[in-house]
Amino acid sequence: MSARSLLEIKDLRVTYGSGAAAVPAVRGVDLTLEAGSKLGVAGESGCGKSTLALALLRLLPASARIEGEVLLDGEDVLSMSWGRLRAVRWAGASIVFQGAMHSLNAVHRIGDQIAEPLLVHGRSTPAAARRRVGELLEHVGLPAARAAAYPHELSGGQRQRVMIAMALACDPRLIVADEPTTALDVMIQAQILRLIERLVAEESISLLMISHDLAVLADTCDRLAVMYAGRVVEEGPARAVYEAAAHPYGRALSSAFPRIGDLASRRAPRGLPGDPPDPADLPGGCAFHPRCAVAVDACTELDQELREAGAGHRAACVHVGSRTPGSTS
Amino acid sequence: MSTDTAVTTKTSTRSLLSARGLHVTFPGRRGAPPARAVDGVDLDIGAGEIVALVGESGCGKTTLARSLLGLVRPTSGTVSFDGRPLAYSSGALKAYRKRAQLVLQDPSGSLNPRHTVYDAVAEGLRIHGYAGDERAAVAGALARAGLRPPERFFLRYPHELSGGQRQRVVIAGALVLEPELIVADEPVASLDASVRGEILALLLRLRDELGLSALVVTHDLGLAWNIADRVAVMYLGRVVETGPVESVLTAPQHPYTRALLSVLPESEGAPVVLTGEPPDPSRIPSGCRFHARCQILASGEAAAVADLCRGENLPVLDGGGSRAVACHWVTGGTTS
Amino acid sequence: MTTAKKTEKKTETTKTTETTETTEAVGGTKAAKTSTTATSLVWQRRRASVARFWKQYRTHRAGLYGLAALALIALLAATAPLTVGADVQSVTEAPGTALESPSAEFPLGTDQFGRSLLGLLIWGARISLLVGLLAAALSVAIGTVVGIIAGHYGGWFSTVVMRITDWFLVMPTLVLAIVLATVMSRSMWTVVLAIGVTSWPTTARLVRAQTIAVESRPYIERATALGGGHGHVMSRHVLPNVMPLVLAQTTLCISTAILTEATLAFLGLGDPTVVSWGGMLQDAREAGAVSSGHWWYLAPPGLAIALVALAFTLCGRAVEAVLNPKLGVGR
Repeated sequence: MSARSLLEIKDLRVTYGSGAAAVPAVRGVDLTLEAGSKLGVAGESGCGKSTLALALLRLLPASARIEGEVLLDGEDVLSMSWGRLRAVRWAGASIVFQGAMHSLNAVHRIGDQIAEPLLVHGRSTPAAARRRVGELLEHVGLPAARAAAYPHELSGGQRQRVMIAMALACDPRLIVADEPTTALDVMIQAQILRLIERLVAEESISLLMISHDLAVLADTCDRLAVMYAGRVVEEGPARAVYEAAAHPYGRALSSAFPRIGDLASRRAPRGLPGDPPDPADLPGGCAFHPRCAVAVDACTELDQELREAGAGHRAACVHVGSRTPGSTS
Repeated sequence: MSTDTAVTTKTSTRSLLSARGLHVTFPGRRGAPPARAVDGVDLDIGAGEIVALVGESGCGKTTLARSLLGLVRPTSGTVSFDGRPLAYSSGALKAYRKRAQLVLQDPSGSLNPRHTVYDAVAEGLRIHGYAGDERAAVAGALARAGLRPPERFFLRYPHELSGGQRQRVVIAGALVLEPELIVADEPVASLDASVRGEILALLLRLRDELGLSALVVTHDLGLAWNIADRVAVMYLGRVVETGPVESVLTAPQHPYTRALLSVLPESEGAPVVLTGEPPDPSRIPSGCRFHARCQILASGEAAAVADLCRGENLPVLDGGGSRAVACHWVTGGTTS
Repeated sequence: MTTAKKTEKKTETTKTTETTETTEAVGGTKAAKTSTTATSLVWQRRRASVARFWKQYRTHRAGLYGLAALALIALLAATAPLTVGADVQSVTEAPGTALESPSAEFPLGTDQFGRSLLGLLIWGARISLLVGLLAAALSVAIGTVVGIIAGHYGGWFSTVVMRITDWFLVMPTLVLAIVLATVMSRSMWTVVLAIGVTSWPTTARLVRAQTIAVESRPYIERATALGGGHGHVMSRHVLPNVMPLVLAQTTLCISTAILTEATLAFLGLGDPTVVSWGGMLQDAREAGAVSSGHWWYLAPPGLAIALVALAFTLCGRAVEAVLNPKLGVGR
């Protein structure tokens, strides 16, 4: 209690639109991220994970209504002034987006784009900024001379490195990475993940990483949260969630990418029947019940709260309490 | 053809599609040397066989897939389908395209946003002047692709469907012509993890039910493990290792295959992260094309064959079902 | 949505309804209802898309004003034979005296022959609108065909076609139209042709750019892999996707065409036997309306031209705003 967490999300709710057309994207998320630790958020498209990431830095469009609290170092991001928010967006937390091609401005040299936050926030002179850009590029494994390149001259992996360099520019304490390796090759993905891991370790930055690939998250992060239909349905230590998921959705995600050599998955790809729920028209009860193989009658009526499923491991499933003998009420 | 040796595959003797000495070269832009995207590939796909073509982007796997479908004309070499070499007249190609179908990576992009699901699936039928009951054929294809009841989807537009449903529509559009071969280019790369397995299971089921052959182009080794019978690992325009999935993926021989497998999240042992991007197909190094990034050569383990690696070109691997690897270190150590 | 697409769809419908002979009904489909549903399917879809278009169009206020103005003008022009009658043009049976000021009988006064200017204005709307619509349709049709073909085939063919387009583009349109109108016989059709063949290059350039953008989409490759030829790709994929652009371009082109028609008529190159707004302006100038201060002769046709041009532009902008973002959706 005494040591404050770096990031605390309390009952965060995000709704797009209003009135009858209101679409809940995030429906009450509580998450905590300690300084220097790595949290992975997994889920399929439309589960609200990207909305969550954007809400953390108040980057959502004006049509989105945000409720709850996002405490960054004890300070509520959602209620702070614009001036303070601008400072926080770079120095406190910065974000690495999914599509590196679209997030970089095609007509500016990458060096100028990396230097922009430094200059905008009045943190350095142009000459110092140029030096810092060189440092940053080398830090992410690109030659400093590449600062003069335009985004289209770089490969996908290199662009993602540039995005990371941009995120690092103002020495943030938290990096939010939204699908940083999606659409990259295995080898490039491995390079980027190693890079992120190294940077997080070296600079003791906290990481909130979002992906649909539970295997990648389990490999990189300390803790995992699985989101479904705008809620966290399972949360716990990365290994525990990946290898022994308590929620049927968590299990489906962890078996989606096979372990090579595991004969059970040979010629037997495992997926989840049905489609992700429409946020505008969520099923009643547990939102997962129409796709759930172990659903019981109660699931159609009763939505489940997160319950204890092991040490520091919680899951929102009706089977969790009954099946885990060690759990307390 | 020296295909069928005593290997542990259940590859049938008839090869449906076979490529021999395939080269595809694209002219270099503004004085740049030409890019040898596919640089000598032999590949056979047997009837009812699923072959995974694995490699990083830029290794030429997509170009190879396109040239097998006649969408790109090879610079040299031949593609034969059902024993006959492919003719490139428009009539012959049209006939071929009834029997071999393409499924692309991005289901959102491969459906015309202005066509309904019905139109998208019926497109192939209309092109080939299908004489039967179009509606029944479309409904049948949609049902086989797992969209049930099909009538519910007829009037939908692609943007009203989820990613997985779109890919099913694309697959239905390919199935409606009752092809013998499907070439799928990264069929699940842009889909969610939960949907991925369903689509792969669909491909597997189609093979079992309809005897469909498939070439699946992917960078995802897990996909190969999930559905393929045989895997061909491609690097810089060449197949560097090929063989049955079980043996290649559990006991990889080529340093490149080993590296690819080692970086998978749940693999044991130290990951071998190759530095840099795959090199440029317009400047293919002499000798073994992988030698500049080879971790075995760099570690000095392959010192005995280092000269060969740098100077001696490797033969084109046989396209059949047997286990083969194009590496001086591997072959030098075992055969000679 | 557009005539081209509709006819295409219609042939398709008949094709589907004809092929009702049933092979084996796969997947438990009832073959009996095939013919009826295939037709209603197309209709249902078309109605839905029109409804969707209108729902979005309604949100553009300026576009609604433009549409209302156009509807009013079109109504006046269409009912002109009933309200004013063809004999308003008659010089011999003019009801008033020359150059009367506005009065209760002639709300806009009379011209130098004593004809009612209000009547002429309403009658002139017919020619102005007709020429504007026909010329715009011709120009956009040429532009679309050239654009799609140049964009689809690419290579040297495209280069040659686009050079020709550029040549037309840098040519002063008005001068070319004047030359054409001068050398050909004087009739409304000459004016339509003169405007049509001189103003297509802008559309061609736009359509070509859009064609190239559409052709890079994966569904084009899918269509090719399905066995579709050039004609199939151009008619089934490129055309429907450039259609919104073409439609918006047409509405915008109409106002230009009306202005050009007025200019040609003003310069005395129109059909002298029919009354048009440009022609009225020319008559006013010849009658010395400028120097003698007969504003009622000069202002109404000018304002009418401006109003119609504005109305079409407003509609065009709204149509563009509704249809073109959709092109971006797939990107």
